Amino acid sequence: MIHSLFLVNSSGDIFLEKHWKSVVSRSVCDYFFEAQERATEPENVPPVIPTPHHYLISVLRHRIYFVAVIQSEVPPLFVIEFLHRVVDTFQDYFGVCTEAAIKDNVVVVYELLEEMLDNGFPLATESNILKELIKPPTILRTMVNTITGSTNVGEQLPTGQLSVVPWRRTGVKYTNNEAYFDVVEEIDAIIDKSGSTITAEIQGVIDACVKLTGMPDLTLSFMNPRLLDDVSFHPCVRFKRWEAERILSFIPPDGNFRLLSYHVSSQNLVAIPVYVKHSISFREGSSQGRFDLTLGPKQTMGKGVEAVLVSSQLPRGVLTANLTATQGTHTFDPVTKMLSWDVGKINPQKLPSLKGTMCLQAGASKPDENPSINIQFKIQQMAISGLKVNRLDMYGEKYKPFKGIKYMTKAGKFQVRT
Amino acid sequence: MTDSKYFTTTKKGEIFELKAELNSDKKEKKKEAVKKVIASMTVGKDVSALFPDVVNCMQTDNLELKKLVYLYLMNYAKSQPDMAIMAVNTFVKDCEDPNPLIRALAVRTMGCIRVDKITEYLCEPLRKCLKDEDPYVRKTAAVCVAKLHDINAQLVEDQGFLDTLKDLISDSNPMVVANAVAALSEIAESHPNSNLLDLNPQSINKLLTALNECTEWGQIFILDCLANYTPRDDRESQSICERVTPRLSHANSAVVLSAVKVLMKFMEMLPKDLDYYGTLLKKLAPPLVTLLSAEPELQYVALRNINLIVQKRPEILKHEMKVFFVKYNDPIYVKLEKLDIMIRLASQANIAQVLAELKEYATEVDVDFVRKAVRAIGRCAIKVEQSAERCVSTLLDLIQTKGLWVELGRLPLLLSDPAGSLLYVTLGRTSVSGPSNQAFSLLCGPRYESVIATLCENLDSLDEPEARAAMIWIVGEYAERIDNADELLESFLEGFHDESTQVQLQLLTAIVKLFLKKPTETQELVQQVLSLATQDSDNPDLRDRGYIYWRLLSTDPVAAKEVVLAEKPLISEETDLIEPTLLEELICHIGTLASVYHKPPSSFVEGSRGVQHKRLPIRSGSGESSESQDPGSGPGAPEAPTAVIPSQGDLLGDLLNLDLAPPTAAAPPPGAASLPMGGVDLLGGGLDSLMGDESEPLGGDMGGSPAMGSGFGGPAAVMPSSLSAPVGGGLGDLFDLGGGVGMSMGAYVPPKTMEMTLTNKAMSVMADFAIQFNRNSFGLAPAGPLQVPTPLSPNQTIDVSLPLNTVGPVMKMEPLNNLQVAVKNNIDVFYFSCQYPISMLFVEDGKMDRQVFLATWKDIPNENEAQFQIKDCHLNSDAASNKLQGCNVFTIAKRTVDGQDMLYQAMKLSNGICVLTELRVQTGNPTYTMFPSELQMFPSELQMFPSELQMFPSELQMFPSELQMFPSELQMFPSELHMFPSELHMFLSAPLQVSLKCRAAEVAQCVFQCYEAALKN
Repeated sequence: MIHSLFLVNSSGDIFLEKHWKSVVSRSVCDYFFEAQERATEPENVPPVIPTPHHYLISVLRHRIYFVAVIQSEVPPLFVIEFLHRVVDTFQDYFGVCTEAAIKDNVVVVYELLEEMLDNGFPLATESNILKELIKPPTILRTMVNTITGSTNVGEQLPTGQLSVVPWRRTGVKYTNNEAYFDVVEEIDAIIDKSGSTITAEIQGVIDACVKLTGMPDLTLSFMNPRLLDDVSFHPCVRFKRWEAERILSFIPPDGNFRLLSYHVSSQNLVAIPVYVKHSISFREGSSQGRFDLTLGPKQTMGKGVEAVLVSSQLPRGVLTANLTATQGTHTFDPVTKMLSWDVGKINPQKLPSLKGTMCLQAGASKPDENPSINIQFKIQQMAISGLKVNRLDMYGEKYKPFKGIKYMTKAGKFQVRT
Repeated sequence: MTDSKYFTTTKKGEIFELKAELNSDKKEKKKEAVKKVIASMTVGKDVSALFPDVVNCMQTDNLELKKLVYLYLMNYAKSQPDMAIMAVNTFVKDCEDPNPLIRALAVRTMGCIRVDKITEYLCEPLRKCLKDEDPYVRKTAAVCVAKLHDINAQLVEDQGFLDTLKDLISDSNPMVVANAVAALSEIAESHPNSNLLDLNPQSINKLLTALNECTEWGQIFILDCLANYTPRDDRESQSICERVTPRLSHANSAVVLSAVKVLMKFMEMLPKDLDYYGTLLKKLAPPLVTLLSAEPELQYVALRNINLIVQKRPEILKHEMKVFFVKYNDPIYVKLEKLDIMIRLASQANIAQVLAELKEYATEVDVDFVRKAVRAIGRCAIKVEQSAERCVSTLLDLIQTKGLWVELGRLPLLLSDPAGSLLYVTLGRTSVSGPSNQAFSLLCGPRYESVIATLCENLDSLDEPEARAAMIWIVGEYAERIDNADELLESFLEGFHDESTQVQLQLLTAIVKLFLKKPTETQELVQQVLSLATQDSDNPDLRDRGYIYWRLLSTDPVAAKEVVLAEKPLISEETDLIEPTLLEELICHIGTLASVYHKPPSSFVEGSRGVQHKRLPIRSGSGESSESQDPGSGPGAPEAPTAVIPSQGDLLGDLLNLDLAPPTAAAPPPGAASLPMGGVDLLGGGLDSLMGDESEPLGGDMGGSPAMGSGFGGPAAVMPSSLSAPVGGGLGDLFDLGGGVGMSMGAYVPPKTMEMTLTNKAMSVMADFAIQFNRNSFGLAPAGPLQVPTPLSPNQTIDVSLPLNTVGPVMKMEPLNNLQVAVKNNIDVFYFSCQYPISMLFVEDGKMDRQVFLATWKDIPNENEAQFQIKDCHLNSDAASNKLQGCNVFTIAKRTVDGQDMLYQAMKLSNGICVLTELRVQTGNPTYTMFPSELQMFPSELQMFPSELQMFPSELQMFPSELQMFPSELQMFPSELHMFPSELHMFLSAPLQVSLKCRAAEVAQCVFQCYEAALKN
């Protein structure tokens, strides 16, 4: 099981270590540092590194490497999932997961880590249960603690820990009972030179914020549940009911949680909401190159495309780029050769474009690689897959909750090859 | 205020100040101080000096303070065992606390203190907690048993905790079940045979029920445990699959992958025509695809596992090619894995798409990735045979467009990869009339004429050894079509010694090929390269290959042509696949480190004192055979190799064209040795052609190895009593085979036997031995099967003897008494050769009449006479005669001339050849070594004399005395002497002198060796 955990910052210092079994010398991280040195980019450090006596499994989140040390055969995914849970918990407790935040709350962090694993076995990883065991630091509580001498450690065994619904604590009370659901879809696509789609898929999630009194039992039904053939549920969802009726039936956890995530594969027809017209060319023997890019909406069902951001890694030979945009701001970093253009909203009447020339290093020949263009965007009030929630019903409680649903589409890894 | 304040220090000395604070009366101050101590601990500072002060704070009703002190204790108790005892009382008291949280905390912390003395006190509280009314305490206690086991395994067993733990599997609370399973699994890992997780249908049912209700982590433990179970029949297997399938929709990827493991394993048992089988296949694809949309680290692990799944069951993901397309900002480790899977999924249906993608990747910036992408094109050509031509043209397109990069200095790099891939393509598709010629005509055809020219022009700008070797191979292979092939290859010779071995070997072969194709123009070149390889090189591989070519070319150019220009075996996709038994084992370990590294689990895992080999259950048509196939292989039972072998055996069989008897379906129990009856027949005639045919490189390797030849001529070495390092199919180092053929000297043992010492150096058990001889000079053949009574377990050595007869097929060997042997077992076929003493072939009726002897002696032409000396032998003539008699060498007559005893002897070989000898024994004459430089002058002169010498025995006697003049000088050059052993002893004057006459002159050398051995023994 998980033996130890080291937190390493971007400059390669270990700023926190925690051991769940015997103490492992921090020199074991030298193997990690070696791998880190070999990797060209921080994100290229391999996630599993063997050392003579241990294995190091690491994830990089918020520019911190979480390096877990294991000694025996442990499923690596188990370790990675757990590390993710650690990151989520920190973020949940401290708002951000940064080196500073962790250092500022080192004792809470230590208590949390101790509570999450016992002898390397996960103990309590549900945020609700943890919060009952160790109360998150807030300014108010710190003040109260200082004055009254009370602690932020729960004295009682969390109720949810062993119940059939471990994700929900009992005795929840709200004056305003509300349940909000966000359907967020990310579209991953690769578009080739000519504008045709090579692959496109949708990663969707339904995040919920449920603040309901008591033990509500909810059902959520969809207009078109057929779309959801590849889903992962929160443990609260009753799988049998879904299999039989295609209805989500569940007792929700209290507060924020991810109800389900789903995947609409490339085999379904996926609508592409934007198009790009581009012409990036270099002439043989000339030190100049032309750059011309135009964006336009496509298949958006009438919704506006917002927060558009275009970035492209220009060839290494490019020295400067002399470009003008019809809207938004653009920058070119001559060191990393990264061109980024913050477009904002696309106006279908007046399509945004970025035109101009690029200067090559004197004497350099025509660059060989074709820069690929990454696009980010957001479309409100639409789920690009067409998924629609039909209705939400509540059983088991008498009051009438306030219900809300929101849709959004975002670009995930949306790439256009040139 | 934040916790960062705890890191600030004052000048007074941190420890000192903390000590004061810890002993303060104020609770608040104490707590703050403990927090400071913990903060120092988290950053790796040593605060163990504060141990007593911190432990003093333990007696408190403040839970936070208590927890903090516990944290500290866990870290430092080991370094202060005596002080840690102080804490015991508090622990024991806390274990009785009414608050379950505190009870659990106490037992949990106690287990983490790795001090022997404390563990003794732990037992009682632990026993209570294991039966606590609160499930939270029980589940904590379950983990504590695993902790305790890690510290003191014996104690846990003695106290009966393991049984209590097993009982917890039936606990009413699913969380307790999950933790008990996790603890048992961890304990079982260090106790492979303990049979802790005794899985039966009842316990499986309990686990499956708990599976639905416990936490995600518990689900992982339970699923991993389920994967070790083998269902009784396909119906049970199906029902387990049905209950596990919902886990595929879990949000936790580790749960998903563990569920995939269980399904992949149990699916094996389902009949393929079952509807459910097809449904299951369909259900597996979406979760695997979903894993790929997760974070890159998860993706990486998932991809490594998908790689295995795709090899085992390609049908699952055959329509999902697109999800493996590489995204520009994927981390490099994800890109490389995706690429690998793309190739595995490539088929004729999607090859166009794949090639288009690969071509796109080849224009990326990352050099490693570009390289791998280009190579992938080569692999595609092999995977999808019909696309070879398309792949070649894609590669050539790349070369041509990249041709513009010369100035940037990247040309060599990129060229090297197409070159490597082209090698792959051509090698893979080489057959006489197969597509390779198409591929090459593409290369040479008008469309790409410039390309091959470009490649050749840039030969020396290829800096990667692999690429250089590849290009040299192409030039050699197609030498007849490349006009200036000789010039191209010659240009490499200049820097021959600076090249890497890979390139050197390839160059040697290429030039030999060139010579065989264009003998007239390239004679000089081939001589040059042969002398470079044999004389100026320190690399044994290169030297050996050089010698082999040299001998081949000098003895029989036709044979050489057959060997060197032999038709190449087809490379198939299988070359990239994981070996089937390993794959099966890895499928059983999906989701583990082993599956990430694609190595058998046994090669991993620190401290695992033994790993059970898992394998897939066998699909049972009828229920009865599945009983005996329990893969868990009960406690202590040797792991049953028999059932694993079939696939391997079949593979080998196909490989060698051997007619292997199919392994019996119901595998015999491992203990009862299955004697391969008629082992010789098992091997069939396939081996003959394999070994006898000189065009087979392997055969040449054995016979012509220079090392062996020189050993033979040496004065002392007669019978290689043990030959190690058999030549074998890559597994040579696994199996050491010492072989000596012969019989004990001095006493004739009627049935001739071959004595062998078999040592198993592999990791697995060897069984099913069979032996086969190549055709040899005297028709030696095994008279019965090779009797290896029991399977040979790792590191075991046994001696076996094999009866021989001389009725086998005959073929003249060089040297004459050389015997090539193949030993087969379940692992591989091993080849070795040895030389047997010819005396074993002397028959008992070799005695002849004096008159006949005389007549025969005269009858045999003098050219057939050979003379040898035997040094260091101090026997008188009678003793020599007796000794030789033991070997069926019969003394016909004896006379004494000038102080020399002359023995006239005769012997007869099993094939009827008679050998006559004259043995001269001269007592009391020491042997001298001679001055080597002088010696070297003699051979040619002396060799003319033998007949004359015989006429003037008295003259001969003059030599030794003359030689006696140089002893002091001689001794100065011992090292030089050793260089000419064979020449030396021929011309030494020695006390024993043998003249040998036989119609078959070739046997002389062997008979001499036999004499020497017999007389010296």
